[in-house]
Amino acid sequence: MSKRVGIIVTKTVARVVIPFIQLFALYVIVHGDSGPGGGFQGGVILGASVILYAIIFGAKAGRQWVKQGLTDVFSSIGVLLYAGVGIVAMIVGGKYLEYNVLPIGHDAHIASHYGIFFIEVGVGITVAAVMVTIFFETAQRDKDDLKDRGSGDG
Amino acid sequence: MSIITSNFPVLLVITPLIVAVCIPLLGRINKRIPPVAAVVSTAFTLMVSIILLSTALDSGPISYWLGNWAPPWGIEYVVDTLSGFVLVVVAFMALMVALYTPGTIRDEVPNDKETTFYSLYMLLVAGLLGIVITGDVFNMYVFIEISSLAGYALIASGKKREALTASFNYLILGTVGATFFIIGVGLLYMVTGTLNMADLASRLPEIYDSKVVLTAFAFFSVGLSLKLALFPLHIWLPKVYTNAPSAVSSLMAATGTKVAAYALIRITLSVFDVEFSRSVDFGSILLVLSCAAIIAGSVLAISQTNIKMMLAYSSVGQVGYIVLGLALLNETALTGSLIHILNHALMKGALFMVVGIIVFRTGVEEISGLRGLGRCMPFTMAAFTIASLSMIGVPLTVGFISKWYLAVGAVEAGMWYVVPVILVSSVLTAVYFWRIVEGIYFGKAANVTLKGPTGLLVPTMIVAALCVVFGVAASVPVSVARLAASALLGGGGM
Repeated sequence: MSKRVGIIVTKTVARVVIPFIQLFALYVIVHGDSGPGGGFQGGVILGASVILYAIIFGAKAGRQWVKQGLTDVFSSIGVLLYAGVGIVAMIVGGKYLEYNVLPIGHDAHIASHYGIFFIEVGVGITVAAVMVTIFFETAQRDKDDLKDRGSGDG
Repeated sequence: MSIITSNFPVLLVITPLIVAVCIPLLGRINKRIPPVAAVVSTAFTLMVSIILLSTALDSGPISYWLGNWAPPWGIEYVVDTLSGFVLVVVAFMALMVALYTPGTIRDEVPNDKETTFYSLYMLLVAGLLGIVITGDVFNMYVFIEISSLAGYALIASGKKREALTASFNYLILGTVGATFFIIGVGLLYMVTGTLNMADLASRLPEIYDSKVVLTAFAFFSVGLSLKLALFPLHIWLPKVYTNAPSAVSSLMAATGTKVAAYALIRITLSVFDVEFSRSVDFGSILLVLSCAAIIAGSVLAISQTNIKMMLAYSSVGQVGYIVLGLALLNETALTGSLIHILNHALMKGALFMVVGIIVFRTGVEEISGLRGLGRCMPFTMAAFTIASLSMIGVPLTVGFISKWYLAVGAVEAGMWYVVPVILVSSVLTAVYFWRIVEGIYFGKAANVTLKGPTGLLVPTMIVAALCVVFGVAASVPVSVARLAASALLGGGGM
């Protein structure tokens, strides 16, 4: 009986807490350039919210919520956003990742601010997606996978 | 156009990097795109590296400031003669192996991992090019880690179970090596407050007697020796080369250890200088180790029955040659050492590619199983024979050129006793290669006729042919290597 109560408690708490964790993750990413934290830390928090869901509701439910295709695509998109900022800076005549020449805002400070902002967002996306991927890869390693390797042996 | 050309140094690194992250996306659309993307992007990097080298030769070192931050603070990419030369070698072998990969990985890598394989391959190439082009010691560490992590995953991606333990061993030892490197970086940063190589080179001479600098130097040399598999720190290498997929062994044998050797040369001669190396008697330590590597590598290679294992131990010996030039510390020997980076990349690349074809066609890895293959696979075996002759050091092949320069360098340095080491190792190399070549052509022929698949054969033949081309027309690479060597020894070089 106490076990069932425990499950209800954890599920309810998780449902309540997960949106706040994600909101906090976004806060940490967005304020990365002016406060403590940044893309990496925020991404880890965002990934942790998905991992918490998967731990409480089971890996299968977790993968239904965040599909593998989604994390695969977003791991690449984050890096591309980062690299894209550098390439845009090159196209408008600066060096790679020279933020202050970016065509945003009127002066170099604002351009530089947004350059760093987009990079932090890119880092956050990739880190969150990779965190989730690592969790599911290690959680779902089943017998079939190992058998596959064994048969190719020798 | 000028936007592209003025950003060439950074494009060289970010092109493979961006392609590496695009490949998983492209692979979702169509599985045929990743191999094409790998070939196109490595061809582009080869073109860029050749242009950069020729620009550096014409008009002196190129410096690129990332994010336009001025050097001591920002990260600087530098292409001088030395880095340009190694960049061309790495980019060329990356292109050849990228051409070679699609044919072999169908057999060697699980189907659903092929896209990931190409992605990691491009990441490895980006890391290797980054190590060479960067002018910042911390950035070099980052690229060492990028290339190593991609390498660990690539080695483990094969179907063989042993690949996992080989990769894990390498992961532990490689991480120890990289950690030693970063400890060295940290110690230098502590006493100088800078990470830029040129800036370090100008600040270090004042504090050469400091024990911190001495410790940093020791950490750098041990860490990088682990990475380049200098005897007796080579124990990770044979299993890695034997169990990794053929394409990975070919690329890592051709470029991985060479890039680590480049890093060692860069740190000991550009960041520190020749006087410092002489004052701590670095040369004698390396001399003993490299001679031991040359002899031990050859002896261990003779005792192997698996051909990949034999080639791997022979690599241990060949790394000894590269380090020998650094140990002798004169212009001729260092030229030999640098030219051997190119030559050994060509020879060992060709040999591993040939062995990949043999395994692909016959499934045989034992030396005894190769008997009579000369009649079944004439072109493949011709490539093998050329590369073997080159490994032995027969005149008109590249192997002769590097051994010649090293031997002359040894005599110039008054260390004549190194010459017998080179000769004995050549004889030993002849022993272990000739027994194979003999078996291939004079052994009893198998009944079947096997043709090496064209997709695999073309890049292999190109690399093998270059073993002869650069053996005959040696003046081109030798003049570049000599320029690089004299810049390294002539105080600074960055």
